[in-house]
Amino acid sequence: MSVADITPALSVQGLTVSYGQKPAVFDVSAAFRPRAMTAIIGPNGAGKSTMLKAALGVVPRLSGEVRVFGQPLSEARARIAYVPQRASVDWDFPTNVRDVVLMGLYRKVGLLGRITGAHRRLADECLARVGIEGFAGRQIGQLSGGQQQRVFLARALAQEADLYLLDEPFAGVDAATERAIIEVLKGLKAEGKAVVAVHHDLSTVGAYFDDVLLLNVRRIAAGPVEAAFTAESLQATYGGRLAGAHIDQLGLRSA
Amino acid sequence: MGAEFVQLSLTPILIGVLAAIACALPGNFLVLRRQALIGDAISHVVLPGIVVAFLMTGAIAAVPMLLGAAGAALVAVGLIEAIRRLGKIEPGAAMGVVFTALFAAGVLMLERTDTSAVHLDVEHALMGNLESLIWFSADGWASLVDPAALAELPPELGRMAITCAIVAVLTLIFWRPLKLSTFDEGFARTLGLPVALIGLGLVATAALAAVAAFDAVGSIIVIAMFICPPAAARMLTNRLGRQVGLSALIAAGSAIVGYVAAGYGPIWLGGGDSVSAAGMIAAISGLVLAAAARFGPCRHRLGAGAEAV
Amino acid sequence: MSPVLEALLLQAGYNAALVAIGAALLGFAAGAAGSFLFLRKRALVSDALAHATLPGIALAFMIMVALGGEGRALAGLMAGAAVSAALGLLAVEWLASRTRLPEDAAIGAVLSSLFGLGVVLLTVIQTMERGRQAGLESFLLGSTAGMLRVDAVVIGLGGAAAVLAVWLLRRPMTLVAFDPGFAAASGLSVRRTDLAMMAIVLLVTVTGLKLVGLILIVALLIIPAVTARFWTERAGGVMWIAAGIGGVSGYVGAAISASAPALPTGPIIVLVATGLFAASLLLAPARGVAAAVVRQRRFQRRVHLRQGLLALGKGEPIHDALSLRLLRAEGLIRADRVATQAGREAAEEVARDERRWAVARQVHQDGGLTGRYDGLTPITEVFAPDQVAAFDREMS
Repeated sequence: MSVADITPALSVQGLTVSYGQKPAVFDVSAAFRPRAMTAIIGPNGAGKSTMLKAALGVVPRLSGEVRVFGQPLSEARARIAYVPQRASVDWDFPTNVRDVVLMGLYRKVGLLGRITGAHRRLADECLARVGIEGFAGRQIGQLSGGQQQRVFLARALAQEADLYLLDEPFAGVDAATERAIIEVLKGLKAEGKAVVAVHHDLSTVGAYFDDVLLLNVRRIAAGPVEAAFTAESLQATYGGRLAGAHIDQLGLRSA
Repeated sequence: MGAEFVQLSLTPILIGVLAAIACALPGNFLVLRRQALIGDAISHVVLPGIVVAFLMTGAIAAVPMLLGAAGAALVAVGLIEAIRRLGKIEPGAAMGVVFTALFAAGVLMLERTDTSAVHLDVEHALMGNLESLIWFSADGWASLVDPAALAELPPELGRMAITCAIVAVLTLIFWRPLKLSTFDEGFARTLGLPVALIGLGLVATAALAAVAAFDAVGSIIVIAMFICPPAAARMLTNRLGRQVGLSALIAAGSAIVGYVAAGYGPIWLGGGDSVSAAGMIAAISGLVLAAAARFGPCRHRLGAGAEAV
Repeated sequence: MSPVLEALLLQAGYNAALVAIGAALLGFAAGAAGSFLFLRKRALVSDALAHATLPGIALAFMIMVALGGEGRALAGLMAGAAVSAALGLLAVEWLASRTRLPEDAAIGAVLSSLFGLGVVLLTVIQTMERGRQAGLESFLLGSTAGMLRVDAVVIGLGGAAAVLAVWLLRRPMTLVAFDPGFAAASGLSVRRTDLAMMAIVLLVTVTGLKLVGLILIVALLIIPAVTARFWTERAGGVMWIAAGIGGVSGYVGAAISASAPALPTGPIIVLVATGLFAASLLLAPARGVAAAVVRQRRFQRRVHLRQGLLALGKGEPIHDALSLRLLRAEGLIRADRVATQAGREAAEEVARDERRWAVARQVHQDGGLTGRYDGLTPITEVFAPDQVAAFDREMS
């Protein structure tokens, strides 16, 4: 079976998103494989998070088309789980850890469906998978940054989706949390799920991810890490902002 | 506490309690969404709404005036949103422009109209007439089971009870989407929740509560109850469900204590006439908030931003 | 001469002239002080401040009566208003900084409970022997009818003092409003400037009480500033334009109000300012609605046309209906979606622009310039011809 025969977990065609009169993402087309982990990388302000949010319909798009497992977004919402940036919510909100994870079950329980013991057990299992099962009753504001990130990941796990979209999951978290998160994500991949993450740390791209999408307003390069994550494409993405010495440290082969 | 209490104080207290709860329930979500002052804006634009209704019907009748007030509230919310988006103006300033402009228009219309024959003025819109909502035909607790007396309960009581029930039921039904979209709007969108519609529904519910309440109790109570009880409850618990419940209790308590203090306080202090119940209820809710802000177990900020304090 | 014109020319009597001048000065100072609040995103703090004056007015009246006075001296009432408004402001700041409440909730809480307290005190005053004619209700909506000469003088002086204070503080104010970080770095105390600013807002509020009333004084602080924002991008510009709009609204509003009965001063001033606001919202050249609609339409067409040309250049099929329509309208494709001669040339030009940008973003060191790439801006708008030529050499 050739690559072209597999329905991508997520595909975007000609996606343009603009805040005011300045496009943040322009005419980007990309496809993300199932059973793989893809990093979206690029400099600050390159439109990485914007692309993710536009693909999910969180921010409106100016043009372009999004398909999830070959279906329009509106029909495939149940198959998507989303982990927003930690800073996007007010952590002083009056709720506890288990409640946040239970929010991931909203599509299952709906407006008035009862939250049963089974639901709570699922939530606790998800917390156990990210290693903070002991924190279920904590007020969310009492958690550290890394723990908050794990709560968001547990909520996404509770969604039992096929496509996981994460916005900078490793930003500002401690080393132990980073390890815990990457273990969970690799577990998801092993289950055949697709994982797409906006990522910042170039030095871990090779170790964590299978595929990479280099973005700077436009799509610069995409494909398996070994083919697309090259010194040339990095230079093209980051331009003068990335010193040659930094690229050398990554130890990339030159294509 | 006998016949006189039932006749003079029971219905105003009940109406005050129902109005307070109806406003406090949506107030919780408004406070959490940083939209607390929407309640302030809505209760200011009630005045132009009722003046327009009066100009159109030429009479003081409850239904047209409620419709006028509701219409004005919706117009105000629409204008605020339009100015915020079209002019890229921050929400607080957009609100300030809209409610002051509409209020000024209301005052001007009122001045240009002959309302000497009817009871319609700015002070009434602000302070309501809680004290006058007495139950004439009651002559003791026995009237509570007397159909003839019950039939002559002030109509405001029924209106307020229905409004309070509607607001409570809506809050319960839409609890989950409200909580979700208030906490994490982006995530709510990915679930396919109509986030904008939920926000509009919340504001519309608040407007319903404000419009139904102002007629009986005036705008001051409305603004105070939107904010003070939820804000006080916020400092007493870290769970949303408990917060909303506590806010309803605080609202009801403020209404009862405030009414009693306004009606009987001056007499106990050796004075003569009673003072404004609406003002007293608002002031009492402020006192409760002050106490919660000083001693509440959960008064400090948690999470991001907590370090900055 | 018509009554309005008469009033505008200060011919409608001594009091009316004083009121008009006072209103103009007050509007000027309110516009300037309000623009500071607006730029600091604290516009509605003024609402709390204004409502918090009521208990102070009532208490001042009671104290003056208790001391044997008549209780209606405007200066005394204004002093009481200033004290309680300052306490209200402190309460807002305390709640917002010491507790978890956000500032908007703190504003609403202080506003409603202090206003409630004020209403309670008003009803107490009504039961006092002297209180029945106190007319303190006039402070809710303002009233210039039957104003004493000494009151008009006080308003004029208050307005002049506020304008003077704005003039003295204009530099630190614009600096702090525009860039508090920079202001702090250059040795300016942001905290002290904020406090001074609040003092001016306070002065404007208590001066405006008699004129426009405590419910509407907020409008004078907010509307001119928001209106000015439509005409300029500079903090200093906002301040002076807002001051001008406030001054004109105050003067014209007071004059119209003086020209006929049943035209209350406060609402008329506010509505004049609102008229200026509405006109600016619709018609301002850069930020107005009409301009924005035209610009957004043009922008969307540019994006779609460019995306269509890019696809054309790569020989990819175009599905987007708007892109197709635009290409067709410009004569760049035929009805069967095949590019015309002009279309091929345009597509080639866009493709070359993209190639040049790709090189520029790789080799050029200035992130500020390469950061202007957004898929739409032609490279020749950002780089000089010789730089573009250098990119071309790099390409070949």
